[in-house]
Amino acid sequence: MNLAAPLARLGRSVLTTLAATGRLGMFAGDTLGHLIRPPFYLREFMHACLQIGWLSLPVVGLTALFTGAALALQIYAGGARFSAEAVVPSIVAIGMVRELGPVLGGLMVAARVASSIAAEIGTMKVTEQIDALVTLSTHPMKYLTVPRVLAATLTMPLLVAVGDTIGIMGGWLVGVHRLDFNSATYIKTTWDFLEFWDVGSGLVKGAAFGFIVAVMGCYHGMNSARGAQGVGRATKSAVVAASVLILAANYLLTEVFFSA
Amino acid sequence: MITLSGVHKAFGANQVLRGIDLTIPANESMVIIGGSGTGKSVLLKCILGLVHPDAGTITVAGEDVELASREAFLARFGMLFQGGALFDSLPVWQNVAFRLLRGATKRAAAEARAIAIEKLRRVGLKPDVADLYPAELSGGMQKRVGLARAIAAEPQIIFFDEPTTGLDPIMSGVINELIREIVVEMGATAMTITHDMTSVRAIADRVAMIHGGKVRWTGPVAEMDETTDPYVQQFIHGRADGPIESVR
Ligand SMILES: Nc1ncnc2c1ncn2[C@@H]1O[C@H](COP(=O)(O)OP(=O)(O)OP(=O)(O)O)[C@@H](O)[C@H]1O
Ligand SMILES: [Mg+2]
Repeated sequence: MNLAAPLARLGRSVLTTLAATGRLGMFAGDTLGHLIRPPFYLREFMHACLQIGWLSLPVVGLTALFTGAALALQIYAGGARFSAEAVVPSIVAIGMVRELGPVLGGLMVAARVASSIAAEIGTMKVTEQIDALVTLSTHPMKYLTVPRVLAATLTMPLLVAVGDTIGIMGGWLVGVHRLDFNSATYIKTTWDFLEFWDVGSGLVKGAAFGFIVAVMGCYHGMNSARGAQGVGRATKSAVVAASVLILAANYLLTEVFFSA
Repeated sequence: MITLSGVHKAFGANQVLRGIDLTIPANESMVIIGGSGTGKSVLLKCILGLVHPDAGTITVAGEDVELASREAFLARFGMLFQGGALFDSLPVWQNVAFRLLRGATKRAAAEARAIAIEKLRRVGLKPDVADLYPAELSGGMQKRVGLARAIAAEPQIIFFDEPTTGLDPIMSGVINELIREIVVEMGATAMTITHDMTSVRAIADRVAMIHGGKVRWTGPVAEMDETTDPYVQQFIHGRADGPIESVR
């Protein structure tokens, strides 16, 4: 009896986790199902693009700028140990577009967007606005989830592209002003070095992370428990789950894209 | 006609509905009374399919609620939620005209707005509130916007969850009259939850009292005062002592 207790607890948490994963999978599948069937809410979609894409530009841009700058300093210091300072432009570029641009961009968007989606939809849930939508013959998945998921999946690659550019610019700023690189050489080295798939893979990752962020926000909002505490918990879970899933998905996608 | 038979609903260990049997005739106004927390709001949500009963069946015009195709089924309904449940991302007029701006009943925006303003007038709100956001309104005003939204598409069946709580006596009178008008003139079926005995007498054709998860008493409003049921008598006269415990 006593010996079995920890086992039972372990079993229970495994079951809960599996059930939650199943529900989440069904939610994501359901979203995709509604994505391809009318009606479509264009106004909601445009509004979501503005909220998720456009208004995330400053935070993604600043993150990329400082990351690119710090990266240049680190690679210069590391490279100096075996007189390879010249690799700075290429390594900054590849590090930004393949990894740091999409991952840090995704994490910042998770913090900004998954939280606000979960809080907004969670509040709608606890104030019966979701029930009201249903009684007004409007499907909450179509009206709330689909526009947000679509907007996040489509605008996130654009955000990553902007982040990549600003990140490389951050490296260039440090390279030229602090490390005495020649400006034209720095830019030319970066341009010649980068291949299409370096950038393309990052953009695909961005789309995947955007999907994760919006689905997590909507799922936790829709399943929010009653009251202000319920909304608080939903918001926290959305950000944590989105961040962890982004990092896990990043590893998996990197395996798929780049392991020989 | 709406019929409920043997409807049970529990939330965890909390047995809320324990076998509700009730018939609401078409084109009549049924008022539900009963103590706070007895499951009146849950009952309305069961009929709308927002809450799924654990047992029992509910039919609307002969159609089983659980089996009906949602969209067509709900197109016949209007609902005023107890808390208003206005969409706070939309201005007042778009809340009222929500159904008129999308889906099968879609109209031109100008026409929908005109209808919204007319419905707002009927619940005693001036046209200037049309462009405000719900968060800028008082509680009673939000309630009335919710009411305007419920009646905007002129549904056949309308549910009002406490339409006059939080309103001043004059405004309550206006709303009572409006609900009566909707039933008599538009031939709608109405189900109203209220704690206000003046409203009960003004609105109801029939009254049902819920107690202990069951229908304790139901009958025409004229018979409500004569019934010898001690629960009904205690409730309508608001006495502290009687069979209904005051701590629930
Ligand atoms: N979604 C829910 N989850 C858990 N419990 C619920 C839920 N909805 C209602 N309840 C419970 O069901 C019971 C009845 O609630 P309901 O809102 O129907 O009461 P009511 O009769 O409308 O009361 P009032 O007159 O105060 O509005 C309450 O005990 C409430 O806690
Ligand atoms: Mg209630």
